[in-house]
Amino acid sequence: MTSAVSSGESITLKIDDKDISCRSGETILAVARENNIDIPTLCFMEGLSVWGGCRLCLVEVAGSPKLQAACATVCTEGMNVVTASPRLKEYRKMIVEMLFAERNHVCSVCVSNGHCELQDMAVKLEIDHVRFPYRYPHLQVDNSHDRARMDHNRCILCTRCVRVCAEIEGAHTKDVKGRGVLAAIIHDLDQPWGESETCTSCGKCVNVCPTGALTHRGTAVGEMQKKTDFLPYLTLMRRTES
Amino acid sequence: MTNATTKPTVATVWLDGCSGCHMSFMDLDERLMTLAGLVDILHSPVVDSKEFPQNVDLTLVEGAVSSEEDLHKANIIRARSKYVIAMGDCAVTGNVPAMRNYWDRSDLFDRAYVENAQEPVSPEARKALLPLAVVPPLRPHATPLHEVIKVDLYLPGCPPPADAIWFVLTELLAGRVPNAMSVSRFGK
Repeated sequence: MTSAVSSGESITLKIDDKDISCRSGETILAVARENNIDIPTLCFMEGLSVWGGCRLCLVEVAGSPKLQAACATVCTEGMNVVTASPRLKEYRKMIVEMLFAERNHVCSVCVSNGHCELQDMAVKLEIDHVRFPYRYPHLQVDNSHDRARMDHNRCILCTRCVRVCAEIEGAHTKDVKGRGVLAAIIHDLDQPWGESETCTSCGKCVNVCPTGALTHRGTAVGEMQKKTDFLPYLTLMRRTES
Repeated sequence: MTNATTKPTVATVWLDGCSGCHMSFMDLDERLMTLAGLVDILHSPVVDSKEFPQNVDLTLVEGAVSSEEDLHKANIIRARSKYVIAMGDCAVTGNVPAMRNYWDRSDLFDRAYVENAQEPVSPEARKALLPLAVVPPLRPHATPLHEVIKVDLYLPGCPPPADAIWFVLTELLAGRVPNAMSVSRFGK
């Protein structure tokens, strides 16, 4: 969990030349956001475990030759962090362009058109075209579930659905198979979703999905709007109860 | 063809698209009259000229590059235009025309011209059903314009709103390079 491990010891650091204090154990991303410093993310979601897979939150940390994922890096005393630079912007653009090139994201005919975090990210990073050749993979749409639909063409493998299913719903119906471009979200033992014995049809995966990969059935172009307010609510209630 | 004019010259071209971008262009409405005073539109689906002219200052291209004819046109456009704008998602990303790219062309033809034919057909009759003559051959993939020629400006949108087209044109005519993402996006 992102902010649950702080021990309370106060430390100071610099983010984008701003002097900031926080509690030890807090991540760069959490501290930056508390201080209204925007770091773009796609796989991160408050209330779910940290995945660090999308790499959009990469930041420069003085003294380290490597870029660090802000969502998965804990603040240390005297740290000097840069969250926005021409180099970071270029890498972030490349990452999002590669996401568009890797699968078949056709915004104009997508149920999530206008309500999509990937599409919004393209606007935010001013991506007006994709410099890499599109791959055009032949991917399936799993239409077997009676309430929801999984379109692998639109999946960016952020694993939010996997994490919400395992960590919040406690079902762990979803997981990831394969590696690299062959990686894909699966249900149970790679069965059609509708045949899953563990899926509770709760719909949490649909609502945390940033794109049109997971949608309710019966939605037309632009009609799928995700509701994520349940997640901070559930997380807070469970923390209070325990 | 010579251009006996001092106004900037403009062309618009329709490759593999639905003409929606040109409809959006027509949606400039009364601003079309203003535009006519600012530029000379030498070539367009709405202008009666068959040949793409020489020395065009600005060309707006709608549609993906799907057929050999599209590729041929794209090369002519690039050779004869100073500034090329990929107008709309088909030209910028491939968009809907590129959704055929997940399949092999022969499977596509079978689906469109044989499987969906009324009666089962013999192999000879099958060949007669396929569009192999007169129409331009399909390329293996429908691709964005910038995969075959250099593009100077990208204007995404499906279609780009008329206001976005107007913004881009007027900014360019004023000598500025517009940020098209401030007025449009993929799928807009």
